[in-house]
Order: sequence, then structure tokens, then C-alpha cells
Amino acid sequence: MLKEYLTIRDVTGPLILVEDVEGVTYGELVEIILSSGEKRRGKVLEVNRNMALVQLFEGSTGVDVYKSRVRFLGKGIELGVSGEMLGRVFDGLGRPIDDGPEILPEQRLNIDGNPINPYARQFPSEFIQTGISAIDGLNTLVRGQKLPIFSGSGLPHNRLAAQIARQARVLGKEEQFGVVFGAMGITFEEAQYFHDEFRKTGALERAVLFLNLADDPAIERISTPRVTLTTAEFLAFEKGMHILVILTDMTNYAEALREVSAARKEIPGRRGYPGYLYTDLATLYERAGRIKGRTGSITLIPILTMPEDDKTHPIPDLTGYITEGQIILSRSLHKKSILPPIDVLPSLSRLRQKGVGSDKTREDHDDIFNQLYAAYARGKQAQELAVILGETALSPIDKQFYNFAQDFEEKYVGQGEYTNRTIDETLDLGWELLSVFPNSELKRIRKDFLEKYMTRFRKPEELNREGED
Amino acid sequence: MKAGRIVKVSGPLVEAENMEGAKMFDVVEVSEHKLIGEIIELHGDLASIQVYEETGGLGPGDPVYLTFAPLSVELGPGLIEAIYDGIQRPMDVIKEAEGDFITRGITAPALDRNRKWDFKPTVKQGDSVISGDIIGEVQETPIVLHKIMVPPGLEGTIVSIKEGQFTIEEEVAILKNGDGKETPLLMYHKWPVRKPRPIVEKMLPDQPLSTGQRILDTFFPVGKGGTACIPGPFGSGKTVIQHQLAKYADTDIIVYIGCGERGNEMTDVLMEFPELIDPHSGEPLMKRTVLIANTSNMPVAAREASVYTGITIAEYFRDMGYSVALMADSTSRWAEAMREISGRLEEMPGEEGYPAYLGRKIAEFYERTGRTICQGSDRREGALTAVGAVSPPGGDLSDPIVQATLRVVRVFWSLEDTLAFQRHFPAISWLNSYSLYNIDEYIKEKIGPEFITMRDDAMKILQEEADLNEIVRLVGAESLAPQDRLTLEIAKSLREDYLQQHAFHEVDTYCSIEKQYSLLDLILAFGEKAKQALGQNVPFDDLSSLPVREEIARAKYIPEENMDSISQIKEKLNTTIEELIKQVE
Repeated sequence: MLKEYLTIRDVTGPLILVEDVEGVTYGELVEIILSSGEKRRGKVLEVNRNMALVQLFEGSTGVDVYKSRVRFLGKGIELGVSGEMLGRVFDGLGRPIDDGPEILPEQRLNIDGNPINPYARQFPSEFIQTGISAIDGLNTLVRGQKLPIFSGSGLPHNRLAAQIARQARVLGKEEQFGVVFGAMGITFEEAQYFHDEFRKTGALERAVLFLNLADDPAIERISTPRVTLTTAEFLAFEKGMHILVILTDMTNYAEALREVSAARKEIPGRRGYPGYLYTDLATLYERAGRIKGRTGSITLIPILTMPEDDKTHPIPDLTGYITEGQIILSRSLHKKSILPPIDVLPSLSRLRQKGVGSDKTREDHDDIFNQLYAAYARGKQAQELAVILGETALSPIDKQFYNFAQDFEEKYVGQGEYTNRTIDETLDLGWELLSVFPNSELKRIRKDFLEKYMTRFRKPEELNREGED
Repeated sequence: MKAGRIVKVSGPLVEAENMEGAKMFDVVEVSEHKLIGEIIELHGDLASIQVYEETGGLGPGDPVYLTFAPLSVELGPGLIEAIYDGIQRPMDVIKEAEGDFITRGITAPALDRNRKWDFKPTVKQGDSVISGDIIGEVQETPIVLHKIMVPPGLEGTIVSIKEGQFTIEEEVAILKNGDGKETPLLMYHKWPVRKPRPIVEKMLPDQPLSTGQRILDTFFPVGKGGTACIPGPFGSGKTVIQHQLAKYADTDIIVYIGCGERGNEMTDVLMEFPELIDPHSGEPLMKRTVLIANTSNMPVAAREASVYTGITIAEYFRDMGYSVALMADSTSRWAEAMREISGRLEEMPGEEGYPAYLGRKIAEFYERTGRTICQGSDRREGALTAVGAVSPPGGDLSDPIVQATLRVVRVFWSLEDTLAFQRHFPAISWLNSYSLYNIDEYIKEKIGPEFITMRDDAMKILQEEADLNEIVRLVGAESLAPQDRLTLEIAKSLREDYLQQHAFHEVDTYCSIEKQYSLLDLILAFGEKAKQALGQNVPFDDLSSLPVREEIARAKYIPEENMDSISQIKEKLNTTIEELIKQVE
């Protein structure tokens, strides 16, 4: 029988301080039985001689100093995992909230996990076709990558994430594929959107949902991504499945972390977030990846809303330093009804280089990427210039780039929510858009590729004009 | 074994009592798991300990064993091609023993105890030796001749010396000092990481570190034995530059520290380096590389130690008389680890919550570099160059780590995200970066004095472009004088055809200094010739649209062995412009 303590001394925010304890260890799971009989859970944040500081997962409402009893359970926070979890819906701590039965665990795993040995990692290099040109062509996603979506309030990041979940596949392979979805502090409507999307497309049977909604205890959110990733690790590395993890919204997670930090009166870093926010986020994001000799993989797409669309805010900033790139959504593109409104210039996939090329996508992919990108950047500059000087002041070639940028946004980026393009379609569209330029402006494409591909897209009169130069 | 007792656990910080006899920065073993920790504060018999592993499950009453020794690394054959964590545990051995995930309380010796090395003595019985003298050699990899030195602090007469196959724990020689005390010498010894290895004297760097990267070698070279920093926001290409340096810098040894960065980046190095061939030696790059990988999700205290582990290993190879380059990616994560520990110690913070001693620690780290006369009677010369990446929040250079670093390093490679957005890579700003190393003498001798003039001319054109762009923004390019428009064209060519370098292009990834000379010469020759033609009333548009310019643009993709074709382009350029001039006349 475990000892029960009636020695709570302080309750501040989500923290309680328990006195006169014995044998308590750091990180241990704690059960608090309120005077009403309700049970709460928490974990030990600090032990100092006979005092233990406990963080409650479900908030401290109803906790009192005299009658609430505390039990230390002698183990870390574990999650019972099983292949049966597919198709089920859980709360933010991993308790079923659909009408299904309890999960009979195959394994009990500590939700904090252990770091993957860098020596054991397999470098991600398998191209994932999402059917979205701005991603496949320019910000290529590969299996085992962590690629966040930086969004803002009111932008359609959920629709983009759902589109990726719906369309993503690896070329030429039929493998076990699953989605593990972790929601932190999102609204019922958003959660329901994902639920419906998954159900409509039949993805629900191979999905696991962990939902901590906006009205659920904020502190519970600190555990939600860990529970999500622990399940993903089990399915990927024990069951050999290819798992796409979607975590939304990381901003809510970081705020919950800040709440605990503030309650502990820690010295804050930037904007009141704790100094260890980087390390904390890294212990989540770095759980994505592949392992040598194991079939499965975890591809991670965290979604975060940037406060005031500010990329330098600590949450997007630190995320960008850990993840392998970022997809940034743009409000101005959204206003122009371009869907998905991916802002191509600041977006980046660091693993693109490894996922493209003749054996992965097509030999011309890298060159066409460089050229599209450079041309769009120049077109954007021309657009800025036109704002100051007027469109008429542009030189003929600048005018071409100006028009190109518009075409590119409308046709290449703005493909719409239900268009699913193959990688060949995406690359060909790139050639088609670039065919308005003479070869001398296409410096970033190797000559032999220009000869091989461009002839298919350039109109005969343009070819003639080329000859006159 | 003497043991104290834990009284407090808070994340990676543990407090223990009954610790009398412990010294600052002594290593301790915490709990029955024997987790490695280091003493960072003492109050009477109460010690604060930073623990290099996860502390979950520890509680008051658990034992803390004292070792009375500071945190040290093992130095000897077996370092090259190794991958270590922040406290020199071999990650490959640990994976074989413990599986794919790093659990707690794992120990494995840093150097392989069973492997036999072929030891060839270089001294004889009866020779008298001092600290740093080379007593023998081991061919560790095809390109690294590992020199076995008399460890610092020892000297005397060689009583006996062996030759043949030995493990690092077998005695290879016996040394007798002046008092007649005999010390067995092994092929390895230990050295505390926080203490710089002794040297005889330091000298100023006089040679550039050739990197094969045009913007670095031509405009902002770092001296061999110098220091450089690369601050930049995320996505601006810090890691790619660090990787390029690790691949192509002309040094004997590379120590690469992945400090609090992505796990996949280390995997990338592990995957790529054994395949890539070093252009200087013709052997795989891995054969000269030591990796320290303490990724962002590994324990934070070990991250703090990782830069010291790395630089101590680098110093050891420097002591052999080698040129060593150390890459630290990223020093910001190291500083953040310091901040985290400092916060838990409840120290009064300085700027942005960083400890007040941040600047001192950074300065001390970079000061361990240099071109040096190493210990030993042959007064051999070694060099240790350090390049640190800095990851300031939001790319803001007023960040305390950037500022503290800029105060000590002599080269600043400023990465800008605006360049990265235009896919101008490496995204190093030519206007803001600087190098304080004057290596003009070396260049004059090695390549020729005209390279210095060319370099200065090119930089002048780039500066002029920045000024002209101000005007263009107001009135448009069309209204500039033809001479100014030509300057803009040449500047554009310099930026796109010279400064931009494609790290993943099979040819462009490395550019020898000779090729740099030819390329720069070609671009400037166009400028010169075109200026002359403008003077002869050749219309600007005819010059800017010359087809030969496309060949200039593609010249950087010409392989090193076909460099003659660059001079052919130059000839073609001269003749075409001459023709234009003739047409006008």
C-alpha cells in the first residue's frame, strides 16, 4: 500500500508543494485525491530534502490544503500502447474518450521517451508526394522529416495539414501508413474538422487522435505531444508503420509551459518563455526520424500560429532552429484567395536536396527548383519596384518577371484544396511557366536539361525568336 | 568509495550533502545508476552537481560517489573516425551495446581497449625526452600518422622502449625522471577538458585556411590558427557552410562538434564523409574527422561539456604539429545550456537571462586556438583554427552571444536571410562581413600580387552597386548613366557568377584558389573591356546582351582539370568586344 500524504502546504497555479515526504524521486507520477473523491494526476518537478514540488496535469481547481491526499506512485508517467489504438480517440493524457473499450496495453512506455542515438539514425531521403506543388516542387517533404507549418490566426493551416494527410504517399509503394494527431488547446470546431476529414477519406481507421481542447486543462497540454509521439514511436518502430504526426497548435503548448515556469518563479527568457524552451521543444521534435534497420518512420508536421505573424517570436524562431525547414503561410496570398497560401520565398525544406533527383523524382528537379525560386524572387522585386515607380517604368525583362510572379502564384501555388498533382505534373508546370523567358535568363538550369525539356513547352515562334539573338 | 547523499533534484541539477573533500569541477557518479555529473558549486559540504544524463527517478537519499578527478577525455589512437557524445562516450559502441535509443547510466571507454595498434618507436633507450617529445608513431588511418607524445608534465630518460602491436593500455616505454622514479608510458593519456593543454608560445597566423569557398578565400579569409564566427537566422545556411568547411578546409584534422543541433545533421555527416574524397589527400574525409554529437534532445549539461571535449581533442592533435580545424555548431546552444544551469543555480542573470560570465567563457574558449610552437624539443609548429556558428534569436545581431563572440573572433561571416530568400548561397553578406587577417604577403607569393588588386577592385564594384541601388530604387535603372549601368551589370555578374557557389553541385562545391583567380580575372576582364567599348560609343544594351556572358556565367561549373577553357572564354570575350568596337567605328 502506498503512503498517502495529507501534507500539502502550498497551492500556486498548477503547482502544489507537499511537505514531510519520504523516498520521492524526480519526475515521479503523483496522484491527488481531492476531498470530493476526484482523482488528479501530476508529476514531481523538484524534490528538496523532505519537500516535493508537484505539477498538476489538470489544474488545481478544487485542490485544498487540508483534505486533499497525495500519493507518489513510484514510477514515471507511462502510456499503455497497443496496435488497437488505431481508429480511436483519446484525451490529452491518453484516456479513451470515444465509446470504445479501454486499451489493453502491449507495452507500457515512459512518455518522455529516450533520445535516438545519432549513430542509429537513418538519414531521411524518401520523397513523399503530397500532391501540392509548392511543397513537392519547392519544399520537398521526405519520410522522417520534421517540417512545421508557420501560420497565423485565421489562415487555413488546418486545411493544408488535412490535405497533406489525405494526399501524402511514397511513389511506387504500398505500405502501412498511419496518422497520429495531437491537438493542444484547439477549439472543438477545429478538432471536429480533422475528425470529419479523416472519417470522410477513410483515414480514421488508421489514425489515432489525442485531443486536448481549448476548454480542457491547459497544463494537460504539456503531456499531449509526448503521449502523441510515444504512440507514434510505438507504431513506427515496433509495428513498422509509416506515421505522419500532426501536432497543433504548438503555440498553445508553449504557453502552457510558460504558465508552469511562471508559477515556479523561474528566470524568464525572451517574452516570458522559459530559458529551456529550445531544449524542451527539441525533445519533442527530435523524436521524428528513421532508424537504421527498422521499417517504420515518423514524419512530423507541427503547426503553430505566429503571434502577430511574427517569425522572430520565440516559438517559431526556436522551432525553426530545430526543425528541418518550415512552410510559411502568407496572409497577403490568402487575401488573394490563393489556396494553399504558401509563401514560397521564406519557406524551406532542408532535406529537399536529399529527396530529389533522377532516382527519387526527376533529374531536372533541382535545377527547375533553383530557377523557379530565383525567377519568383526577381518577380517579387519587380512588383515592389512597380509599386514605387508604376508598372510602366519597368524594363521589358522586369515586366516579364512581374507577370511571371503573378502567374506563378495563381497557377503553381494556388492549386486549390482538392487538386492532387503528381510530381511530373508539378515539374512540367514549372517548365511551362518558365517557358516565357529566353534561355539567357535561365542561367540556373543546365544546358542539356534546357535542350531536353524546354522544347516541349516553348511555342515555335518563341524558338525562332531565340534563334535571332 | 566515499559517497555523499542527494538532498535535492531539479532537472539536470542535483544537490548533495556530506561531500567534504570534493573539489570544484570534480566528476561524481550519481545514484546506483552511476550517472556522470560534475560539481559546479560548493557550500561547505553541500555540492551542486550538473548531471550529464536524465535525472528522472533520482531522489533525496540516493548516493553520490566521489571520484576526486576532473572531467577528462582520453587522448590516443582511436579518436579519428569516432563519434562521441558531449562527454566522450562513443555513440557507435553504445548503439551496439544498448540499442537505438540512448538510455541512462551507460558507460563505454572512449578509446577501444582491444584494438592493437602498430607502434613504431622514434626514440631509443637512453634518450632523454621532455614533455611533448614524440616517442613513437602509429598509422591511425591512411592519412593520419598519430604521434605518441610524452604527456605534459613528464620528462626524463627512456629506460626501455618497445616496437610492435599493442593495445592502448599496454606499456610501450618506461620513463625515468631525475629522482629515479620510473613511469610507464602508454599510447594514451587523460587530460581535463576545462584546462587548455600547455604550449611553448603563440604566434600570429600567417597563412590563410584554404576552404575552396570563393567568398571566404577571396574576400574574408580566416588565418590558420585563427577564429571565425558565422551568425545567422535559421535557414540562412550556417550548417551548410560548416559542412563545406569540414569537407574542404586544407587541414590535417577536423573536429566537428554538433552542439545542441539536429540529430539528422550528424547522420548526414556520418553518411556523407566516408563517401566524400578529400581533394588534398585523395582519401575519404572521414579518415581525418572526429565527431562530437550532442544533439538538441540529448541531456543539456553534456551539451555544455561538448565544446570543451571537442577543443581538448583538437588541441591534442595540434600538439602533434598538425593543422586542426574545429567547427562548433552551434555555440548558441552551448550558451543556452550555460543559461539553463545558471538559472537552476539561481544565479543573478546578466543580459537575456544569460549568466554574467557568458562573455568570459566565450573568450576563454576561442583563446584556446592559435598558431603555436608545441611542447617538445623539436619546437614543431601546430595550428588550431575554430569556426563557431551562432544562432541568434530572429537573426538579431544584438544578441548577447553574438556580441560576446564578435569581441573575440577576428573574422565575421555575416549571414543574411534576405540573401537566402533570393537563393544567393552562401548567404554571406559581402558588405557586412570582415576579416582582420592580413594574408596579402602569402597571396602575393602564392598566387601573385595582381590577385590582391583584383580582389580590391571587385569589392569596390560591389560597394558601388550598393550605393547605386539606392538611386535605382528612386528613379529606376533606365535613368542611370551607361557607365553606372555597366557597374551594376559587373556587380551582378560578381554576385551571381562568383560569390554564389552551389554547395551541392559536383564541380562548384569546391573551387581552388587558382580557379578563383581565373574566374575573377574573367569577370573583371569583361568589365574592363566593356568600359573601354562604352568609351568608344558601343551601346550599353549590345554589351549587356552579349552571348559570351552566358559562358562567363557558366564558367564556375568548368572542372578544375579543364581550367584552360576559362582563358579561352576570355579570348573569345576580347575578340567579340573588339568586333563591336570596330562596328561602331
